Amino acid sequence: MRTNRISASILVFALAGCGGGGEQTQASGDSGEAKAAAVVDPATAGAITGVVRFEGTAPANEAIDMSAEPACAQKHPSTPTKQTVIVNDNRTLRNTFVYVKEGLPAQRWPTPTEPVVLDQTGCEYVPHIVGVQTNQPIAIRNSDGLLHNVNAKPTVNRGFNTGQPTNMTTNKTFTSAEVMIPVTCEVHGWMESYIGVLDHPYFAITGPDGSFRIPNLPPGTYTIEAWHERYGTKTMQVTVAAQETKQADFTYSAGAVAMVPLGKPFDPHGQHAEGVPAEHR
Amino acid sequence: MRTPWSCTGTGTFTGTLRGTGSLTGTGTFTRTGTFTWTGTCQLFLFLFLFLFVTPASASAQEHPGKATYDKWCAECHGSEGRGDGPAAATMLPRPRDFTQARYQIRTTASGALPTDADLHRILKRGMPGTAMPAWTKLSRAERDQVIAYIKTFSRFFASEPAPAALDLGSAPRATDERIEAGRRLYERIECWKCHGRDGRGDGPSAPTQEDEGGNPIRPANLRQNWMFNGGGTAADIYGRLRTGIDGTPMPSFSDLIDAGLLTEDSLWNIALYVRSLSPERTPEPVEVIRAELVAGDVPEAPDDAAWDRIEPAYVPLVGQIIARPRWFAPTVTAVWVQAMHNGRDVALRLSWDDPSRSPDPAWEEWRTRIITAMEPKDAPPAEGPLPDAFTVQFPTRLQDGPNLPYFLNGDSRNPVYLWEWRSDTGVREAIARGIHTREPLAQDGAPVRAQARFADGQWQLVLRRTLAAQDTARRFTMPTGTAMPIAFFAWDGSNGEAGGRGSISSWYFLHLNEPATASIFIAPVVAAGFTALLGIILVMRAQKQYRAKE
Repeated sequence: MRTNRISASILVFALAGCGGGGEQTQASGDSGEAKAAAVVDPATAGAITGVVRFEGTAPANEAIDMSAEPACAQKHPSTPTKQTVIVNDNRTLRNTFVYVKEGLPAQRWPTPTEPVVLDQTGCEYVPHIVGVQTNQPIAIRNSDGLLHNVNAKPTVNRGFNTGQPTNMTTNKTFTSAEVMIPVTCEVHGWMESYIGVLDHPYFAITGPDGSFRIPNLPPGTYTIEAWHERYGTKTMQVTVAAQETKQADFTYSAGAVAMVPLGKPFDPHGQHAEGVPAEHR
Repeated sequence: MRTPWSCTGTGTFTGTLRGTGSLTGTGTFTRTGTFTWTGTCQLFLFLFLFLFVTPASASAQEHPGKATYDKWCAECHGSEGRGDGPAAATMLPRPRDFTQARYQIRTTASGALPTDADLHRILKRGMPGTAMPAWTKLSRAERDQVIAYIKTFSRFFASEPAPAALDLGSAPRATDERIEAGRRLYERIECWKCHGRDGRGDGPSAPTQEDEGGNPIRPANLRQNWMFNGGGTAADIYGRLRTGIDGTPMPSFSDLIDAGLLTEDSLWNIALYVRSLSPERTPEPVEVIRAELVAGDVPEAPDDAAWDRIEPAYVPLVGQIIARPRWFAPTVTAVWVQAMHNGRDVALRLSWDDPSRSPDPAWEEWRTRIITAMEPKDAPPAEGPLPDAFTVQFPTRLQDGPNLPYFLNGDSRNPVYLWEWRSDTGVREAIARGIHTREPLAQDGAPVRAQARFADGQWQLVLRRTLAAQDTARRFTMPTGTAMPIAFFAWDGSNGEAGGRGSISSWYFLHLNEPATASIFIAPVVAAGFTALLGIILVMRAQKQYRAKE
């Protein structure tokens, strides 16, 4: 764990310093091990795709009383609810974070400079689930123009709690991989979001069709994991041959609630630690 | 002088070994700070010098701060620094969990580690409004060692860059213009959403607040700066605005400055405004509450302008932790008492801060959360909606000497006489013989009347009674010019408070000022007149005698 984190933080300085010089290698923390910059051969790269299915009856999401914030309430045509469980029309589960947990070569993946946007609009986080790479900026935007506090509660990274009382954008980064980091607003106790941070680009979030696609993977055998805020994690071994697109479907069931009660931040060190990458335990 | 002393056998030595001498035998210091020895020892004590031999220095592996930590800190913060010591469950906010290195009161950016100076400040000042005391009893060296030790509980101090303190500058002078500008900004950036329009921690978002551990937490009551966890000066408040209070809902507003949306100067104005909400000096408890003698009727309305002339007496209240069920998370931490009488009636105005007018549906969930957080092993939480309540307590009779009934509602031999007010049913009189007994009194003879008003997170309650009592077996006629024992109890229904769960005071005294009697004005005049008369008589007699001689 420590090795991983230190190497990640050294990576910050390395990348800031060298401007992404592709051929350089960086000494890694206390182990002295070198990590080469990742090079994926497009001629052999494969992909993992799949859908996250949902069985059973979806629980109703908690209704939100936004009467204290008329400006937010106006942005919702009907009574807003929390987004804890969203089952799509095709019986798939939205907002599942799917990522490569193990099996990637020990390489240094370039950090995108383009920020990932986490918006606050209608007193909701949009998107509800965010995926980002280590040191990639997260543009936290307040489109509501009223007071939000953005309270990120990681356990591997350092957190922050910033007040945004007006329309503004604040860039934040996380230096270490962590799945997932709860983000809450205490001015509006119903607001919550989760940020998945990885030191590689191999992750996806299921949308309105419940599908995911993780492309540009070097051939190899991977452990992929699906994470859902209510139903927990599921892992799967997938071997991807050169140029192969492998199908890997997950299925969650309504009865098997694996997570902490509604509204509580996911505690990766708590009783549900099986969903946490081994290096973070 | 030489005092030879020898012993044989196996035993355990715990604590600090002081003195010079020799010890033969074999021994080991265990990690818990116990010295176990086996064999024969001869200890020659000829002079007790303060030669420090602590278990810590005896073991190369043990951190020098561990002994001090285990002795003074572990009870609350836990032996592994997880904030889970045996006493932790009775505390809100909970003791710090050192493993996450998330510290509330810092000079560093939101989420950053604290500097050593930050940690020193907390040890020296403690954290007002919490169970964390000031550790001035520890030497500078001990504090250094403890700080170094608590940092070992978290991996972050080893991996993160050294924290840098923000340049916080110093407080500008608090002018009316700055305070007014701060007030407008307080509105504009919506501090009131949590802290309330008047700053009493009663904003619309207050009931749903929770800390990092999911425990209920209250926005600070900005009118009681002596309870601020990080200190109550304008500079302290500015620090909290810049750094946030990590692990709580209070965010940092530094990003606003970095984005050019607010200047440091403007943020200082907010700090000055918040500071201005509390009294200039921390109030001191007043042991004797004086009821001023007034002409005409005593005011019955809580907002009667007559009350503005009376200096309020500050009476701090604490959670009732003597009898079961104990209560460690009271809402009401003080009551301000004003009193007036006119020789016929006495009126008390009691003002206390309470963010909710109970029962309030918005606080319904809070009630469950707080009882759960406090682990109500003593008694189940009360069912159904709970009102706010306030009780004024007197002895049933006035006695000379120091023999007061037990302050906590008396006992079987020495009962107390109560004015019990509830926000739903009003006031009644009762006799209590202990905390769980109540005997309501018939409302005849000298009924107590009540008028209450709730606004912006504050109750104002006026209780009025005639001084004379007819049923003197149970009530006493209130004398003037005598200090009568009086005590106060408060309950916030939204905080799950009823019965033993509430706030209490010890005995104070109520003194009804004596009328300045007419005699003190007339006597000098009479005396002067009498003296003049005597003088005239003497002179006249002298003149008469003189004339007679002639």
